[in-house]
Amino acid sequence: MLLISCPFCGERPEDEFGFGGDASVRHQGGGDGTEPASVEQYADYLYLRDNPKGRHAEYWVHRYGCRRWLVAERDTVTHEIFSVKSASEGGTG
Amino acid sequence: MSGARRIPGAGLLAGAPPVSFCFDGHRHTGVAGESLAAALIANGERVVARSFKYHRPRGVMGIGNEEPGALVTIARPTGDEPNVRATTVELYDGLEARGQNAWPSVRFDLTAVNDVLSPLFPAGFYYKTFMEPVSAWPFYERMIRRIAGLGEVPRVADREIYTSTHAHADILVAGGGAAGLQAALIAARAGARVILADENPWFGLGLLGETATIDGLPAHDWAREVGKELAQFENVTLLKRTSVAGRYEQGFVILCQNLRDAPPAAGDPMPRWRLWKLRVKQTIIATGAIERPLLFANNDRPGVMTTSAAVGYLDRYGVLVGGRIMVAAGDDAAHDAAARLARAGAQVTVVDSRDSGSRIALEAGASVEWRARAVNTRGRAGVTTVRIEGSAGHRWVPADIVATSGGWSPALHLYAQTGGKPVWDDTRQMFIPGTTEQGAVTVGACNGTFDLGAALGEATSAAVKVCEAIRLTAAARSPVAENSHDTAGAGQWSEVRGRKRCFVDIQNDVTVADLDLAVQEGYRSIEHVKRYTTLGMGTDQGKLGNVNGVKAIAEARGEAMSAVGTTRFRPPYVPLPMGVVAAHLSPDQHHPMRRTAAHQLHEAAGCVWLNAGAWLRPQFYRRGGETDLEAVNREVLAVRRNVGLVDVSTLGKIEIAGPDTITFLNRVYTNGWSTLKVGMGRYGLMLREDGIVFDDGVTMRLGEQHFVMSTTSSGAGAVYEWLTMLLETRWRDLRVTLMPVTEQWFAAALAGPKAREVLGRVAEGFEVSNDAFPFMGGRVGRVAGIPARVFRISFSGELSYEINVPADRGEELWTALLDAGRPEEMAPYGLESMGVLRLEKGHFVIGREAEGRTNPYDIGLGRMVSTKKWFVGKEALDFPEMKNPRRRQLVGVVPANKTERLPSSAHLVLPEAPDKVGGSQGWVASMAWSPTLDHDIALALVEGGHARTGERLLAYAPIAGKKVAVDLVAPHFYDPDGGRQSG
Repeated sequence: MLLISCPFCGERPEDEFGFGGDASVRHQGGGDGTEPASVEQYADYLYLRDNPKGRHAEYWVHRYGCRRWLVAERDTVTHEIFSVKSASEGGTG
Repeated sequence: MSGARRIPGAGLLAGAPPVSFCFDGHRHTGVAGESLAAALIANGERVVARSFKYHRPRGVMGIGNEEPGALVTIARPTGDEPNVRATTVELYDGLEARGQNAWPSVRFDLTAVNDVLSPLFPAGFYYKTFMEPVSAWPFYERMIRRIAGLGEVPRVADREIYTSTHAHADILVAGGGAAGLQAALIAARAGARVILADENPWFGLGLLGETATIDGLPAHDWAREVGKELAQFENVTLLKRTSVAGRYEQGFVILCQNLRDAPPAAGDPMPRWRLWKLRVKQTIIATGAIERPLLFANNDRPGVMTTSAAVGYLDRYGVLVGGRIMVAAGDDAAHDAAARLARAGAQVTVVDSRDSGSRIALEAGASVEWRARAVNTRGRAGVTTVRIEGSAGHRWVPADIVATSGGWSPALHLYAQTGGKPVWDDTRQMFIPGTTEQGAVTVGACNGTFDLGAALGEATSAAVKVCEAIRLTAAARSPVAENSHDTAGAGQWSEVRGRKRCFVDIQNDVTVADLDLAVQEGYRSIEHVKRYTTLGMGTDQGKLGNVNGVKAIAEARGEAMSAVGTTRFRPPYVPLPMGVVAAHLSPDQHHPMRRTAAHQLHEAAGCVWLNAGAWLRPQFYRRGGETDLEAVNREVLAVRRNVGLVDVSTLGKIEIAGPDTITFLNRVYTNGWSTLKVGMGRYGLMLREDGIVFDDGVTMRLGEQHFVMSTTSSGAGAVYEWLTMLLETRWRDLRVTLMPVTEQWFAAALAGPKAREVLGRVAEGFEVSNDAFPFMGGRVGRVAGIPARVFRISFSGELSYEINVPADRGEELWTALLDAGRPEEMAPYGLESMGVLRLEKGHFVIGREAEGRTNPYDIGLGRMVSTKKWFVGKEALDFPEMKNPRRRQLVGVVPANKTERLPSSAHLVLPEAPDKVGGSQGWVASMAWSPTLDHDIALALVEGGHARTGERLLAYAPIAGKKVAVDLVAPHFYDPDGGRQSG
């Protein structure tokens, strides 16, 4: 079980958190409809994800804590977590 | 005859009281605290179980958790416990055990015919044989389950007591042998918080009989002294009978502690097992090594055991395992063991595959033959003779025990569980740790270090380093071991003959021939061979057999051991009782149960409860001798004709504030919000990014910049999470703040034609007339003196007001409303009745009609999809598939003959081809008896349903065996124009 250091609450076990997927994925469509996406682009955005070996920026939500969204940089092989920050400061989705 | 006997005064339990126990109906005497395996051996019980597939006799082969064969069922007053390793259960007075996998008994097992038929059961037998016809699968399954399998699932609920605990420490030391004790001592003296865990009841068991001395003491005495010293430290926790079962990332470790084996005395609250969930900074892995069995023909007979186990029973329990012992040696450690067995009075023969070696066994009176091997055994219920192959040719030699020394396998499980990579050491013929693992270090035999002095030195320097890593200074004093030497050697491999009867995995009956066949059939990866042959997939997880399996596969592939490698090591290291995972939680404690503020009042009113997601909700309120349906009918008709009261507190509530809220709502809902006025609400439909319906509900505008959003009960958490994600990651420029307030409010809805009259009696500060308080309006004022938000919204289709008050005043509101409705004889109604009311109106429900594949068009809500603005999911609605006319669409369903009842869980099929495979046209999502219409009604999702109203189909429920002709109709059964709710 991971130990995630929530910038608001401190170190907490993984079961307090929910996983939110790849934080580097950029919304096709601008995230507010300002950059229209083609059907193909949008389908890629919805359904295709890389499965990187190594460092990975990902969203986590502190579900049973402060309920804030976080961006954690985690090694997908060793599970080492390099940094955790508030999602409002990082992530490009 | 086994020739086994007790040696008076020997072992760690000398002087312990005798106890009586029972095995397979035979009453025996043993010693309190010894293992059941020891007691069985001492009493001459050789056949303890039958094997998994061939039902061959199985005896005791190991001495601890590695035991593959001696699985028994323990009869307990709290429920029988199957698959208990006889080597790990401590004997108590009155223990009752049965051998497994045999009928009628392990001594005389009729199903052993499988063994005679074994040529018919090759690797992958089940995959190959029981294929066709598909219709016979249930029969095959019953047959296979009867013959194969391990133990029997208890038929009563387990009444044992279990517990779990969380703990933190600086350093966990796994294993209380020489290296583990030394490492713990160094860390303890440095002031670290240390937990030392060992699966046995004693520390330092591997040092019993050790010829070397430590700091001038016999090795095991040193271990005892260190144990005593460690017990004095306040910063040290010693856990005996505790297996380190799993290591996970970032120092998370699971330990399973055995607190007692005997059934509890009446009123004794001591649990049987405790699960430790540890978070540690560093782990020192000192798990030792497991002796590898040898591969030869009929190497599975009772009486064949590892040499370390054979001598272990003598050293620990004072039990001599046999009268005539054949030691098949390949290293000097086996000669040490043979010497001890000979001194205890056994007639010992050592065959050693090497040219020469230790003379200690010879000097102790054993006969020793070099360049010789054991190659086969005979004996019906256990070994009676062993075939020896030596320089002088072959011969059969009488023996009741064959002690095998194939070499050693470091116990790498904990090291490898988090990703550590074992590598093959060709010199010493063993897998040893390769890469270093973060936060963990291996020392002693599990690191491949078998020389006692070297192991102690390694433990010392590792502990010092680990202390440094956590900023503690440790003194690096290592004890002096004299006369220590590396006894492990390089081990030996048998030249296997008769590969069919040569067992690699004792528990799963996997032979060398099975592995040969798997490789021949094209399985190359060890992971694939494992799953095809079930090698190492038993409860022992291949602790004894796996390395031999790797060797056999390497030979079959003609490749090196390193090319084959090991299978992935996964937790747990030992089988965990299911009970200890649930621990002390009773079934209703596994997740928090939410109750609304009026819970006690519902209970007092005789409601029938329903588990609805995280909430406990009233299903309906029974009166007198009403049936369920009668109660629901009464409640529904009261709402249609009069007035009713329902607790709707569970609906999700999110307060929204900020100048950009209208923009925000326009983005998250499919419909437009720009024209919403203060004091009015609007129904919204929320989609996922893939265009599928996610949530719905009314958002009320309470002020210029103040809104309250209502979500579905089950979606409350997920919607809040999703909306905050949008605001925190994408729309940081929007000035909008959310606050989840579901639990802060109690909500009750008055519904029915008389609702206005009831509300009028208690409303303060707002008018209730239709003009002053129109449909979809929201008012803030007081109700029965309580500050309230009142929304005129409707789910039932009747005139309805949802009254929200602070949760701590919920009971007060509920009581006041029932009082106010006394002239109308107003009664509460429950979730079931609400379901009938919404079904009559044709309202869809998330999770029923909108079921995770449903888009707005499918449920007839295309008019809610704005074309004038962007919203989440809009792009996906442009996917061609989203407007496919053959999608499953929402329709109403009524029985063709209105007096007939609809079957529940029905598929809708074509009347002319009801049994056509793949011919389902759709299914009934919700159905109910409508007391308003006096017949059954249903909502269904039907392929191309919107264009099919008027069509006749069959509602087919094959399990219930019912077929009913139905007509597809529009999904609004009652008041389709909505005049009743808005008038």
